[in-house]
Amino acid sequence: MTTETAESTGTTEDTTEVRPAAVEVHDVHKWYGAHRVLDGVELTVRPGEVTVILGPSGSGKSTLLRVINHLEKPEVGYVSVNGELIGVRRHGEGRETGVLPAKRRGRLKELSERAILGQRSRIGFVFQNFNLFPHLTALDNVAAAPVATGKLTKPEAQELARQLLGRVGLADKAGAYPRQLSGGQQQRVAIARALALRPGVILFDEPTSALDPELVGEVLAVIKDLATSGTTLIIVTHEIGFAREVADQVVFLDEGRIVEQGPPTEVLDHPKHERTRDFLSKVL
Amino acid sequence: MSEPPGAAVSLAPAPPAEETPEPSSAPRTARLAEAERPGDDTAPRPLAAQRVLPLRRPGRWIATAIVLVLVAQIVHGLVTNPFYQWDRFQYWFLRPTILDGLFITLEVTAYSAVLGLLGGILIALGRLSRSPVLRVVSWTYTWLFRSVPLIVVLLFLYNFSALYRTLSIGVPFGPAFFTFDESRLATDIVVAVVGLSLNEAAYASEVVRSGILAVDQGQHEAASALGLPKRYQFRKIVFPQALRSITPNYVNLLINLIKSTSLVFYVSLLDLFGSAQSMGSTYPGDIVPLLLVATIWYLILTSAVSVVQFYVERYFSRGATRTLPPTPLQKLRTGLRDLRARARREAAI
Repeated sequence: MTTETAESTGTTEDTTEVRPAAVEVHDVHKWYGAHRVLDGVELTVRPGEVTVILGPSGSGKSTLLRVINHLEKPEVGYVSVNGELIGVRRHGEGRETGVLPAKRRGRLKELSERAILGQRSRIGFVFQNFNLFPHLTALDNVAAAPVATGKLTKPEAQELARQLLGRVGLADKAGAYPRQLSGGQQQRVAIARALALRPGVILFDEPTSALDPELVGEVLAVIKDLATSGTTLIIVTHEIGFAREVADQVVFLDEGRIVEQGPPTEVLDHPKHERTRDFLSKVL
Repeated sequence: MSEPPGAAVSLAPAPPAEETPEPSSAPRTARLAEAERPGDDTAPRPLAAQRVLPLRRPGRWIATAIVLVLVAQIVHGLVTNPFYQWDRFQYWFLRPTILDGLFITLEVTAYSAVLGLLGGILIALGRLSRSPVLRVVSWTYTWLFRSVPLIVVLLFLYNFSALYRTLSIGVPFGPAFFTFDESRLATDIVVAVVGLSLNEAAYASEVVRSGILAVDQGQHEAASALGLPKRYQFRKIVFPQALRSITPNYVNLLINLIKSTSLVFYVSLLDLFGSAQSMGSTYPGDIVPLLLVATIWYLILTSAVSVVQFYVERYFSRGATRTLPPTPLQKLRTGLRDLRARARREAAI
């Protein structure tokens, strides 16, 4: 929001907060060819906070989420999660800096693909279209990542997967393949899959947009449960009522810029900006 | 006007001439009671008890009859025409020479199928790589080996030892660590397997590539969003899903490969066709039965591959379909059950 935060990385206007921000997006610009999708986005999410991103289609909401877990590379700017830069590192960081010429020290350097994959395993991502692995059962979908990333042994991962499926209310569907499940059930398995890596932050990209109206509730209930349990969440959604209920912070995005941000009572009930008022009157 | 059994279904108002005009909205119980009145043939039977008369399809029956006659003629010709010499066919069918040839065919096919598929996967990955050099090289390979006829490749390899006398492993353009004498290394079977594999890999690469491209982009995204290691993503997520569309196309290639092995005859390897051919030149009177022997063996091989294909496809359709396609045995069982149930139903009506 303010340019001063750029210099002192990891701190926000709230000076009493000592912990680093869970997610910090700093001056991110992103183009698709000549089309500018993100135009200098600044966003800070504190640990345990729920941030809801609203905005018309094409406003860059999904792109912003995908930049946070580096599925998209920003052209300008950087993202850090729990104080760790995503997709890049400062040159010479974490090793002996003596041999490095001074002018190259501290410059941002692209991380190896392996390291980026490691960072992504600490950030959960839930897709609009679930993207479950159709050839694996619900249990294996959840258990795959902890085993593949070497965090757990296979029996441990399966035990955890069973627990997580129970948490999203699908203990009895462990052996089912995704196509045998309803959309709402698939999305709940996808949430369990994201939880299996015990991520510090979970990003939701329109988690209920591909669902029948009557199935939306069951998925929102699971997300709400996560929100109250103190997980840091960033949610792109069109469910305004849900946003009002769970959000600590609402961000309104339009044409790649943050137009307005603040607590839901402010942004949703007393929007200052014309564009926000216009959008809310259409979706409510 | 006699009452057809289906008339009760008609929603048109009943003609006034009828004795019991019955509006379609009349209570069902009334109609049922009426239908059960004994001796009243003209009354429509209740809807629930009626079986819908299937539509007659005379055209289909005629076409079936014509085809059956043609098939019978062909079979009759095969059996009775002395030209085929079925006694000689019997004599040759399990001769050791033929079986030796069959073994060579199987051996060459098996090696080339495995090497061809592995090569095809590598080339497909090259085509999909981000490195422009790898892309161009793999494209060129496919282009080259799809353009040159297999027989030309085989003959080239057969004369390879004249082009390159030794093969060696070592530093490129530098000293060699191991050197092989080409003429000793390149036995007939090696030439055959290498030639067929080179050719097979070119086609297999396109089959594999199309399979990989058919996997939804969301799967790649989900796999990398979970931070799965690259190799794991390919081996456990993308490739198993690609195999579903690769299998039928690759079996096509495999069957083609089985038949292409008949070309190794030209690099002096006696495969199934080769032994039939050489026996044919020794016993010119038996050429036709020998060709029949080869034909029947090729049919058996292809059929075996098709059976394997069914089960492989069934395995890979886990999760892609809600229920697995039934095996032939299951189909037979449900077919019999349906038939019995139908017979019972008809007897009851």
